[in-house]
Amino acid sequence: MSAVPLHLAVALDGAGWHPAAWRDPAASPKALFTAAYWAQLVAEAEHGLLDFVTIEDSLALQTTLLDGHDGRADQVRGRLDAVLVASTIAPLTSRIGLVPTATTTHTEPFHVASSIATLDYVSTGRAGWRAQISGRRTEAAHFGRREVPELRPENLGDLDKAGVVRELFADAADAVEVVRRLWDSWEDDAVIRDVATGRFVDRDRLHYVDFEGTSFTVKGPSIVPRPPQGQPLVTALAHSRLPYEFAARGADVVYITPHDSEQARAIVREVREISGQVRDPAAEELRIFADLVVLLDDDAKGARERRARLDEIDGATYTSDAAIFTGTPGELADLLLEWRAAGLQGFRLRPAVLPTDLTAITRGLVPELRGRGAFRRAYQAGTLRGHLHLPRPASRYAGSRR
Amino acid sequence: MKQVILAAHFPGVNNHTVWSDPASGSQIDFASFVHLARTAERGRFDFFFLADGQRLREQRGRIHDLDVVGRPDSLTVLSGLAAVTDHLGLAGTVNATFNEPYELARRLATLDHLSGGRAGWNVVTSSDAFTGENFRRGGFLEHSQRYERAEEFVRTVRELWDSWATGDLVADPATATFARREAGKFAHRGTHFDIGGHFTVPRSPQGRPLTIQAGDSEGGRAFAAATADAVFSRHSRLEEGKVFYRDVKSRLAAHGRSPDSLKILPGVTFALGDTDAEAQENADHIRRQQVSPQTAILLLEQLWNRDLSAYDPEGPLPEIDPDVSEDSIIKGRTRMSRDPLETAAEWRALAESKRLGIRDLIIEVTGRQSFIGSPSRVAEEINEFVQGDAADGFILVPHLTPGGLDDFVDRVVPLLQERGVLRAEYETTTLRGHLGLEEHR
Repeated sequence: MSAVPLHLAVALDGAGWHPAAWRDPAASPKALFTAAYWAQLVAEAEHGLLDFVTIEDSLALQTTLLDGHDGRADQVRGRLDAVLVASTIAPLTSRIGLVPTATTTHTEPFHVASSIATLDYVSTGRAGWRAQISGRRTEAAHFGRREVPELRPENLGDLDKAGVVRELFADAADAVEVVRRLWDSWEDDAVIRDVATGRFVDRDRLHYVDFEGTSFTVKGPSIVPRPPQGQPLVTALAHSRLPYEFAARGADVVYITPHDSEQARAIVREVREISGQVRDPAAEELRIFADLVVLLDDDAKGARERRARLDEIDGATYTSDAAIFTGTPGELADLLLEWRAAGLQGFRLRPAVLPTDLTAITRGLVPELRGRGAFRRAYQAGTLRGHLHLPRPASRYAGSRR
Repeated sequence: MKQVILAAHFPGVNNHTVWSDPASGSQIDFASFVHLARTAERGRFDFFFLADGQRLREQRGRIHDLDVVGRPDSLTVLSGLAAVTDHLGLAGTVNATFNEPYELARRLATLDHLSGGRAGWNVVTSSDAFTGENFRRGGFLEHSQRYERAEEFVRTVRELWDSWATGDLVADPATATFARREAGKFAHRGTHFDIGGHFTVPRSPQGRPLTIQAGDSEGGRAFAAATADAVFSRHSRLEEGKVFYRDVKSRLAAHGRSPDSLKILPGVTFALGDTDAEAQENADHIRRQQVSPQTAILLLEQLWNRDLSAYDPEGPLPEIDPDVSEDSIIKGRTRMSRDPLETAAEWRALAESKRLGIRDLIIEVTGRQSFIGSPSRVAEEINEFVQGDAADGFILVPHLTPGGLDDFVDRVVPLLQERGVLRAEYETTTLRGHLGLEEHR
């Protein structure tokens, strides 16, 4: 029996992460924009007792380019708003965490705070947020409020030097700070319903957040009372130092993308170092998950053949920011345990094809991990924070009076 | 015979909602929303309705604490309700001032997909810097520009919804075509919005989710006639209802629209009892609950525009006159618009002739229920109202969360169904379909 069970999340995106996934015989491409499609996937993930699902999103059509519209008709294009998809799934599930993506760049932080807090109410304590930065000019043009340079592989270095990227991350850090303050802006016992004095709330327990950042201010308090978890889970995907800092400052979980256990060890060391410098010492330890694209089959050859077939259909060899695992659930279990030794608390697996690789996770990988004593046999907690052994924090304003 | 359109308004954050009653439940737990929505669906209502506000109200510089405070993000709750209802329309208020067309069009089209064509949007605008303090962009809009911007906002949102044609989502592996190449392409170059690119949500089941409008001013009425599918009206008395109905409907021809293409739905309240006399007693009891001693002073302050906290709620009206300066003590809600001095004179006369203290006076002059009576009387009045062209239906606002609609559905709905003016079963699947409006597929 391994000492500590690992945590497992699944990243849901369209028909799966391989661009040809929607053309797989197992896919249901016509159903991608229905509630039933998402409900079935999340029910399957919950059947496997996974910690949570994330739902991808962006404020532009999917593209193979770094920035800009690629006009391709042969891959999945189009998606629904991830927060609302999560909210529709919430009443149909009971234990699994729901972590939709929402951008820090264009969406008002006040709206993010309200909608994730509301998701926490609809799911009775299972909401999270994947905070995503959108630096692409394509997305900015949908809002028309910011002049943004186009991102091209060759100008990334220049933009970095010009401080554009740093500014985006500083803005994102402000957005996360505002959202977290708003979640705390109602103390837990603010609603008093005191008939004698005629007061519904004790307004001394409602707090202006009075946030003043470099580019915006937010007054508060939230329009939504404090969510059931107090602070819904904040997560972020990170590939380099700047995003590691962003995650270490404001997130509960960071997803990293090592390609082997050595890289995993190095990134974990770097993230822990940065945490030591920038993370509030009173905060819970940052949970580090590694992302992996997974293509599974009962035998390794079958998995490789599936991958080759998908690549052939798409007409290109699939590459990803994350490592791509091809093999059996048993082999994947071994790999996860090996990587975990690098200091990871869990993994966010990206199924290449839905529902095929999701089912292989819940019905293949999960029993393999259990057999190694490394995964839960029943949910122990009722909230997403609880699954990750994160306590429910008191409001930062508790006890202070205006 | 006209069918009666019915919508269920989740109790709001004003003194109409009674929180002090032992039967009053949570204003924020999802279970409360589920209870009211399922009750409305059991009663074969057309839709569920949620109000909205983006800043907690204040009076005399402090957060207003006498009424229910706190509510959810409307579209997030409605998406949750989509999973636990099958036919009920799901309409939410969303402020056009503090949102962007691309994002809101996306969220509404998403709700329409997730609910299978049941989404509705009550368009409101706001120009106050007070609410703007919660947003990056702040408050910035000239009052005169409100409807101009709202009109362009709605037009832009519809352009985005139309950017995916019906057949643009192909999803056919055989031809290797997921979406047509031009799917989602849009460009809007206007006064208030200059945006272009591609929209991410394929055409939704209704094509164009229902648009509701609530403003009552000349600008609001013109806006409704030009763009809305329904009006949430404040004219809940028969005669004024008829005048409003005629006025708004008569404006439609100029836009090439038929009178049936815009539904007039006054927001109304009700009190029921076994007999008319018992209903009147219930109505009086509810009114006293709605106007606590503290609320009486507060409502008086809203007309007087002064601190009246030293006055005895059971005592006489203040002798001092209302402060008529521009600076309002109320933030985050509309100020009473009638002439304060004239109204104060009327109230004083009434208080004197009926020997009323402040609280009893306030109970008398504010918010009497629209329909009071036995179930058969209320059913009859509702039907008269609709057949008499004072409304096409109603948005019912119960005074209790979440059980405030139970009695109405159990006792009044069957009578409306007997009269043949309310469906016994749903015969349509979309909100537009329920209302008999043109589809935009």
